[in-house]
Amino acid sequence: MSFDVNFIKGCSAIGAGLAVIAGIGPGVGQGIAAGHAAAAVGRNPGAKSDITSTMLLGQAVAETTGLYGLLVAMLLMFVQPLAK
Amino acid sequence: MNQGILLSSSGGAEIDFFIHGVFQYKLFGQDLWITTTHICVLIVMLTLVLFAIAARVTISHASEVPGTFQNIIELIVEKLDHMVNGVMGIHASKFRNYIETIFIFILFCNISGLLGLRPPTADYGVTFALGLMTFVLIHFNKFRYQHVSGVIKGLCDPWPIWAPINIIGDVAVPISLSLRLFANVLSGVVMEALVYGLLSRIALFWPAALHVYFDLFSGAIQTYVFCMLTMTYVSQACDTEDA
Repeated sequence: MSFDVNFIKGCSAIGAGLAVIAGIGPGVGQGIAAGHAAAAVGRNPGAKSDITSTMLLGQAVAETTGLYGLLVAMLLMFVQPLAK
Repeated sequence: MNQGILLSSSGGAEIDFFIHGVFQYKLFGQDLWITTTHICVLIVMLTLVLFAIAARVTISHASEVPGTFQNIIELIVEKLDHMVNGVMGIHASKFRNYIETIFIFILFCNISGLLGLRPPTADYGVTFALGLMTFVLIHFNKFRYQHVSGVIKGLCDPWPIWAPINIIGDVAVPISLSLRLFANVLSGVVMEALVYGLLSRIALFWPAALHVYFDLFSGAIQTYVFCMLTMTYVSQACDTEDA
């Protein structure tokens, strides 16, 4: 059973849209990290620079899973491995 | 055209964030391309070499009361030394040169998007090479400081059955490091290309805000993260059991 190439391309676009939903997780995680960092600065304003750099490092690492979703979406949209 | 270069196959006419081949050559029967990435890396390298020569000349005639350029160089070196010392501690002196070099290189690559270049770090070839260098550095130092017995003991950490999982974890380090940098810079490049391609009539001054976020802020953060994780992994590898 074979499908039309345009049908596969359309399904790839839908799949790319679904893959970007992976961005929800890092969004929630980064928000939690930023909230706790704000609470920490409120408790100890002297350590603001240390807290900020730790928060940014943790957020950038947490962002990775969302970026994997983005990469999958980009591959589906522009390289189109399924339509070949 | 340009089959085989990741994300370079047949883009639209207006939306253009792909890597382009500049000219083709043959080596050992393989078709290879000199791409825009090579040219952008060369431009970045040339800028850094000129900066280094200027810094060298200034520092060799260093004065007691520093001038503007000498002040800037001292500030950069002091900040980077402080960052490396803070993470690596006693191992800092051996890795300071490498870490600060890749820091400046990645930073210049990331912010080269401001000058109209396609950032070289938005090519997986560049970031994967950086990730592989980190991988080699980690495992060379692991064997050097923990010796073969320590490496085997580290692989069989809770029980010997877990060795395959530990090996997968080791292999995943350069891949996740390089993909993180690549995907961050690529997302900025794609977003800017979409704005310039689809909204070209109204993209007058406000895309500058996008450049500030994606090129300057995100680029600087990802540079910091890459160097920070490299330093953490390498100093973990350098820690011996008794230390």
